Amino acid sequence: MAIPQLLVHDKRDNVGVVVVEDLKAGSKMLCVVTEDNSDFSLVMKQDVPIGHKVALSDLGPGDTIIKYGEDIGRLIAPVAQGEHVHVHNLRTKRW
Amino acid sequence: MPVYDKFMGYRRENGRVGVRNYVAILPLDDISNAACEAVAHNIKGTIALPHAYGRLQFGEDLDLHFRTMIGTGSNPNVAACVVIGIEPVWTQKVVDGIAKTGKPVVGFSIEKHGDIATIATASRKAKEFVHWATEQMRVECDISELWISTKCGESDTTSGIGSNPTVGNMYDKLIPRGIYGVFGETSELTGAEHLCKMRAATPAASEKFMRTFQAYQDEVIEAHKTTDLSDSQPTKGNIEGGLSTIEEKAFGNLEKIGKRVSFIDVLGPAEEPGKGPGMYFMDSSSAAAECVTLMAAAGFVVHTFPTGQGNIIGNPILPVIKLTANPRTMRTMSEHIDLDVSGILRRELTMDEAGDKLIDMVLRTANGRHTAAEALGHVEFVMTKLYRSA
Repeated sequence: MAIPQLLVHDKRDNVGVVVVEDLKAGSKMLCVVTEDNSDFSLVMKQDVPIGHKVALSDLGPGDTIIKYGEDIGRLIAPVAQGEHVHVHNLRTKRW
Repeated sequence: MPVYDKFMGYRRENGRVGVRNYVAILPLDDISNAACEAVAHNIKGTIALPHAYGRLQFGEDLDLHFRTMIGTGSNPNVAACVVIGIEPVWTQKVVDGIAKTGKPVVGFSIEKHGDIATIATASRKAKEFVHWATEQMRVECDISELWISTKCGESDTTSGIGSNPTVGNMYDKLIPRGIYGVFGETSELTGAEHLCKMRAATPAASEKFMRTFQAYQDEVIEAHKTTDLSDSQPTKGNIEGGLSTIEEKAFGNLEKIGKRVSFIDVLGPAEEPGKGPGMYFMDSSSAAAECVTLMAAAGFVVHTFPTGQGNIIGNPILPVIKLTANPRTMRTMSEHIDLDVSGILRRELTMDEAGDKLIDMVLRTANGRHTAAEALGHVEFVMTKLYRSA
């Protein structure tokens, strides 16, 4: 199998994780869902460092981010498909 | 799949098996550190375990202090132990607790003698213990006799994808073989507590977990927080590595217990497992050195520590095996890592293969291979303090 640039834990997830270094905006990524080894492709819209998350679809404020098939927090700003999801637009629902 | 069966360990007087052979010089209290360090300097082959506490503690906090002291001395990786305290009564309490294992242990107190005379007397006894301990032989032991703990640190998203499920794969294979396992980090299950609760083996264990989790939220976090905890949990290192929220961190954390393992009981901090072989949850801080010190005091002899951004922790008596799936961490700080599982990210290494590699590293470590943390001299011994002293 070719080396993927983005891994997704679960079919239900709306974010994936960049798993290679120095990936730039405009890169076409091979994305693999680790749960079942299915794959798809996605164009990254911003420079996103290794380990950081990318939206798999267009999302809006208040939307729940799903990773591992589970709720990991809520968006506080709109995010387009292929953009960076992190502490600047994602907040915990806890504490 | 290879069959992993045997390793060479030290069988102790109480039947437990150790993988290291330390003569520990254990201070009862903070003011006895200097004497312990002097003894360890005098007598080669001993280790001092200096720490910050042991005076004017009371109630549950004092119980935890004694449990940690006695548990540390009782750990099968310790062949023999010298205890030094400022006065004889509490010193003897620790000695008596360790003596229940049957191993050589003796205590000295400083009042009425002073540091210099105490150091001289304790050094002579420590030298005897070194001669005795260095004649202990490793014998063949079954893998089922290992007690393997886990706690992750400086996690990032690669921890949840690679290194944490590698530990989980190891437990899925070894818990059925009859080992003892433990995981903890109460605060780092926040957001995933509903999944953790479902991993209890019995309704009683499930209820005990939720009581413990809720007590931590109410008595530690709610009682002391000044704002939300997002400035500490996730840590700055976690955020640099791409983790955004405590919930995201918690789901990754839980990957360490694999897909099939269920926990049979909930332990207090530093509490020895009491329900036979299997997986346990320990109520513990998520700070690495505190958590690993508690697990060592509970009797665990090998620790598996998955990291993302590169936590560098070690422990003086418990070998800490580091693994990472982050290729940047492997590139920039490989001297801290015992097992590289970054191939999981490239889909070159399956989880099953990674789990086998970790089991192999656990057995090599049990046989005597020094971990990266041991080679680099990481000996973080950090007692957990529950509240201010009297």
